[in-house]
Amino acid sequence: MTAAAIPADNAGPVANSRSLVEQSLRRRYAAEARFKAYGIAAIVIGLSFLVIVFASIIQRGYTSFVQSEFRLDVTLDKDVIDPSGKGEESDLLIADYPLLIQDALIKALKLDPKSRVDSRLAGELLSSNADTTVRNYVLANRGEIGKTVPFWVLAHGNVDSVVKGAFDRSVPEARRKLNDKQLGWIDQAVASGALAKRFNTGLFTFGASSQPESAGIGVALIGSLFMMLTVMLLAVPIGVAAALYLEEFAPRNRITDIIEVNINNLAAVPSIVFGILGLAVFINFMGLPRSASIVGGLVLALMTLPTIIIATRAAIAAVPPSIREAALGVGASKMQSITHHVLPLAVPGILTGTIIGLAKALGETAPLLMIGMVAFVVEYPTTPLEPATALPVQIYMWATAAERGFVERTSGATLILLAFLACMNILAVILRRRFERRW
Amino acid sequence: MRASVEHTVTFVSTSLLLLLVLGLAILGFVLGYMRARAIPETAGRPHSRPGYHGWFVFITTLLPAVFLIALWSAAAPPLINSLVKAELPERELSKSPAELSLTISTVQSLARGMELLSPGQIAEVRTGKPVLGEMLEAKGVPLASAPLPYLVSAALKQNALTSTSGLLKTVVGLALAIAGLVFGYLRVGHAFRARNNVEGVMLAGLAAASTVAILTTVGIVFSMLFETIHFFQHVPMSNFFFGTVWDPRFSAAGQAGASEGQFGLLPLLWGTLYISLVALIVAVPIGLFSAIYMSEYASRHVRTTVKPLLEVLAGIPTIVYGFFALITVGPFLRDAGAALGLDISATSVLTAGLVMGIMLIPFVSSLSDDIINAVPQSLRDGSYGLGATKSETIRRVVLPAALPGIVGAIMLAASRAIGETMIVVLAAGIAAKLGWNLFEPLTTITVKIVSQLTGDLEFNSPQTLVAFALGLTLFCFTLALNIYALYMVRKYREQYE
Repeated sequence: MTAAAIPADNAGPVANSRSLVEQSLRRRYAAEARFKAYGIAAIVIGLSFLVIVFASIIQRGYTSFVQSEFRLDVTLDKDVIDPSGKGEESDLLIADYPLLIQDALIKALKLDPKSRVDSRLAGELLSSNADTTVRNYVLANRGEIGKTVPFWVLAHGNVDSVVKGAFDRSVPEARRKLNDKQLGWIDQAVASGALAKRFNTGLFTFGASSQPESAGIGVALIGSLFMMLTVMLLAVPIGVAAALYLEEFAPRNRITDIIEVNINNLAAVPSIVFGILGLAVFINFMGLPRSASIVGGLVLALMTLPTIIIATRAAIAAVPPSIREAALGVGASKMQSITHHVLPLAVPGILTGTIIGLAKALGETAPLLMIGMVAFVVEYPTTPLEPATALPVQIYMWATAAERGFVERTSGATLILLAFLACMNILAVILRRRFERRW
Repeated sequence: MRASVEHTVTFVSTSLLLLLVLGLAILGFVLGYMRARAIPETAGRPHSRPGYHGWFVFITTLLPAVFLIALWSAAAPPLINSLVKAELPERELSKSPAELSLTISTVQSLARGMELLSPGQIAEVRTGKPVLGEMLEAKGVPLASAPLPYLVSAALKQNALTSTSGLLKTVVGLALAIAGLVFGYLRVGHAFRARNNVEGVMLAGLAAASTVAILTTVGIVFSMLFETIHFFQHVPMSNFFFGTVWDPRFSAAGQAGASEGQFGLLPLLWGTLYISLVALIVAVPIGLFSAIYMSEYASRHVRTTVKPLLEVLAGIPTIVYGFFALITVGPFLRDAGAALGLDISATSVLTAGLVMGIMLIPFVSSLSDDIINAVPQSLRDGSYGLGATKSETIRRVVLPAALPGIVGAIMLAASRAIGETMIVVLAAGIAAKLGWNLFEPLTTITVKIVSQLTGDLEFNSPQTLVAFALGLTLFCFTLALNIYALYMVRKYREQYE
């Protein structure tokens, strides 16, 4: 580009510099195109990461919404269930239901009931929790004892993976969890309709279990619900009140400056630190029970507070001063102008911020690990003071479980978590689109 | 489980009391409202509208009583404990603190067990007969050994004090609520400035809410500081800050004479920084180029579609990324490495860093996008006027002008990376060492906090306390990064506003 770069032996200085400029232009335009391509490539890479994350989880998880179950005609033998004939609940609870179910399966597979090996192999096809359905039915309908009733009972996790085609049959028989005989029975049962995939309600209702086929997120959903309620009841009123004070009433001085810097910093403190705070303050100092969803809710409320304060302040600041002045002009007090006029106009913005904050809290795991939510909870909690787990913690526990069958469950639970989050975020977007006012 | 039952019991009685007080307050509101309505308007309109009078009575009924009940509930248990402790014989009190606390917890479990018994049974226990063990056994509260007589009497005292305290709390709380109601009701009148009083209380409430954020920070710092000081009484500071070996010796914990283990911070800090660096190497180019394209090249339509889509990456919970790393990225990298003849383990610095980088993309891109947009158009126009192409303008004019803000955005992303937990817990491994190999597992501060605090160790061992020291280190580290980054971003934004 510079004059010194022009060679002396060319035809004319004008044509010469022109061709030089054209050459450099070509180079510069190429650089321009390259630069733009880098930008497009970056966006494409970013978006493809998004697609890969979702695709990998959906591909592994969608099968978890169906579960293999055997359709068996179980004879509710009176001698096995209620030998004393008194119908006492303690007898009914401990009766040998697995035996009844195993007999029904042997009959359904047309096996020889006298062959003990076959009986044992057939029993391995059933989930160790298969008897729950039958037991609950008997307890609810004592009149049915002695009759033959059709049931859908859970198949073992290994059978489930065979039915879903995830079982590698090429592995030598000795190293497989199911042998050729059992695989033959499974194929036969599938063909006859005695073994089928049904919608997996257990995934949504069961509690913790060491067997993948009888593990579910029921307890975790209740725990998460309690936590979200706690967060809503605590973080929203406190957050909105704090934002109102800081935005409308606070004098501009050192203290309010410190509060502001503090809130911005709290929003960026690692979540695990909040968990340590919860362990030290709520559990060790205040003596609240470990693993309780109220402690989780308190910790998540503290974590969500900055998000809600920041969103509420933005929503309040967006209400034009003319509204306040008009209210003051007709004789309202400052508090009245704010509670009667500014706050109602800021509600859509506050709601949007709150929902986004709640969505963040719903997916949070690390602080909950600190306060002992990593717990094997089978029973549904009825109050927030009882031990519970949370949806993301359940995912963490399944992700670290050794059983292969849990991978599918984990992906399924992840999909449910993502569906919740997507609904919340879509709701926030809709609220913003519909009610947001531009002044 | 039993502790939570006891919690439920006190929780219900206190919440019943609070409900009663709330009922009284609502009654106060109605009474105050009616009385204000009945004020004759002969001397002109009253100062405040009836509703404010109602709220005034509501507040005078509710607030003092609730404060008292809260204070009582917080102060009574320690007070009762010290009174019960005074009941114990001299030789118990002279024992070591650990044994004393064991005795006290025995007394408390006895007291809880006796609450299940009927009054007749309690009377039998009072006679001093050794029947308590059987009775509790029958209620499903097995005892390790027959309780000593003075423990039983201490437990009886504990129960008596607790029930007296509960009764007194109820009586005094309700009395205060009624007194407040009467006081407020009598204040209702023509010239009474009920509105100003109510608004004053509201303002005080708003101001109090804004201090919760400060209290949280104070709580974080102090809760970790105390335990950290505690930790440094067990382990010298030089061992922690400059030690190069992390070996907390879980197996030896609690055994007398066992060596304390090594608590070197450096391997953990190294792992944290190394993984964060890998994450930033992934996130910064992708995020920055996306931001440049979105703010300078893309049409409005593309920008409004792509920006929220990229931000979805920031909305995915970190546990989902962790699972993705564990189940998809780790095995993929291991297989890919095997195909290329590299030995990549399934949990490695590369896996954790790559996935964390994906998570950080929107942190870099969205903030940088905002900052690049804030660069005034006049700077670009000046550059175009001199004949520069678009990319030359961006590289030579826009980016240098936006640089401080972009650095701030990258530092915010770095602080996220350092404090990130779930991805590294699932994908980085647990090996604490100082090593360069990208393909081997390393561990981070957050992973060790999780593993030290999710065990079943007693709380006072250095193995548990070290987690607080690690937490404080992490907090200080990210705080410094955040303050500096926020300062940069804000200063830069103000520069062109």
